[in-house]
Amino acid sequence: MIRIKDFCYWYPGQDQPALDGIDLEIPEGQFCGVVGPNGAGKSTLCYALSGFAPHFFHGTWEGELQVGKRDVPRSTLGELAGEIGLVFQNSFNQISGARFTVREEIAFGLENLGLKRKEIERRVEETLALIDLEALAERSPFALSGGQQQRVAIASILAMQPKLLVLDEPTSQLDPRGTQEVFKILDKLAGRGGTTVVLVEHKLEWLAAFADRVITFSQGRIVLDGSAKKILADEKLLKLGVGQTQFTQAAAAVQKKKFIPRSRPLPVTLKQAQKFFE
Amino acid sequence: MKLSFEGVFFTYSTGVRALDGIDLSIGSGEFVAIVGENGAGKTTLVKLLNGLLRPDGGKVVVGNWDTAEYSTAQLAGRVGFLFQNPDEQLFERAVQREVAFGPRNLGFSERKIASKSMSALKTVGLADHAEDNPYDLAPFERKLLALAATLAMDTPVLVLDEPSIGQDAAGRRRIGRILRELHTMGSTILLISHDLDFCAEYAERAVVMANGHILADGLVEKIFAQNDLLQRAAVFPPQLVRLAQALKMPTAPLKVDQFVNAYSQWHRRKKRA
Repeated sequence: MIRIKDFCYWYPGQDQPALDGIDLEIPEGQFCGVVGPNGAGKSTLCYALSGFAPHFFHGTWEGELQVGKRDVPRSTLGELAGEIGLVFQNSFNQISGARFTVREEIAFGLENLGLKRKEIERRVEETLALIDLEALAERSPFALSGGQQQRVAIASILAMQPKLLVLDEPTSQLDPRGTQEVFKILDKLAGRGGTTVVLVEHKLEWLAAFADRVITFSQGRIVLDGSAKKILADEKLLKLGVGQTQFTQAAAAVQKKKFIPRSRPLPVTLKQAQKFFE
Repeated sequence: MKLSFEGVFFTYSTGVRALDGIDLSIGSGEFVAIVGENGAGKTTLVKLLNGLLRPDGGKVVVGNWDTAEYSTAQLAGRVGFLFQNPDEQLFERAVQREVAFGPRNLGFSERKIASKSMSALKTVGLADHAEDNPYDLAPFERKLLALAATLAMDTPVLVLDEPSIGQDAAGRRRIGRILRELHTMGSTILLISHDLDFCAEYAERAVVMANGHILADGLVEKIFAQNDLLQRAAVFPPQLVRLAQALKMPTAPLKVDQFVNAYSQWHRRKKRA
């Protein structure tokens, strides 16, 4: 689905590349988490995958970046819009400002794709129900709380049914139950629907429970890449400033006190932790 | 400085009743976490403290001031705010000016403005960016800048709305350490957060809100151990509490070292039995 070869990207006027020689392949339907310290290049990866870098941010690039059959940096944003969806880190920036209600806001992207009226209505109703926004459908997107706006931003991208879904901390303002709901929806889309999901997320406990794979960025490069279980248990994450779940930290601390043999692999989820300590 | 809400109601012009009879008092120097689902009324509640919103009924008191009798500008000298979205509070063209804005409005002397703003920038780790434009900073740095602007005002009460959002582990620890330091110096701190692991690590008391009401109020270790209560407010207990519950340990540890101690004792006792 995604093939990136030796890709570099520089923001305008910067000498240091924000992405520095990225090699990455992600198969269709994979749920891939992206972690890394602040400023490591995670958001830039999201922009590159969706074509916003370079088409919106300008700057320069080299290397290859393909999504499906599409050569992303050589395609226009219009060509990419129906295939790749990006949920921005700050949902406020994503709201079009061109529509008066949440329902119209979700329809906005679909209208731009040129879908038929009936199909637009069907998808809007479906998405409102899926993201639990029915009660807010007639409210102005600007009169909502941060968490509610974030759900609208997610909904307006999901409604477009992109084959690749790129999300930059989409749950940062959601309460834990809302976060869990979003992860369950992404899991369903990736598992059954065959949607490829690339998700930047600081909430490691949720990545551990749902992601197939975790990629770690540092200074514009990929420094760790593997199964969620393997990467999130790697103690290098502590040095990188990514941190670890408290399950992992508690297990490592107890292992140091020799209550539990070193050979037992460190847990990253509650279930694994329960087994580890029993 | 102590705070109190006495029989407070608030309804937005859209007809949404955000606060439905709140009684809450907070002692001077307390560190209180306010948790609960999106739309529970947490942000509305704290906005009453500096007059950004005024209650429809009831009384909000900051120190010995009834907020009804004071302007937002006056209250800003007592209650410092870190908003959820830093872009709502940043508007100057240079980082240094952004941080100096609050203290200048409070009428501090130029010397005090310079020293307060520089030390606030140092505290959050942005001293090297003093001349930069706030909009050239990364989102996580803008959050730290907004925190610096709040700290520079040197208020006895601090309200932080989701300070750990968008921060990596190192950033969370930095913010946590700053809050702990302020708490030691006697500041009264209100922390709104969905990040219960963060609250468990730093706060002493927890207030749980749902639908404009207070569901529960008490010591963090007591409140965060109550699964059913927290689920009613759309939040889950901290990771270590859930782990201890899954293992049927008798305690609800909030920090890694507490868990390790509790586990060691429990492990020994189980071995003997």
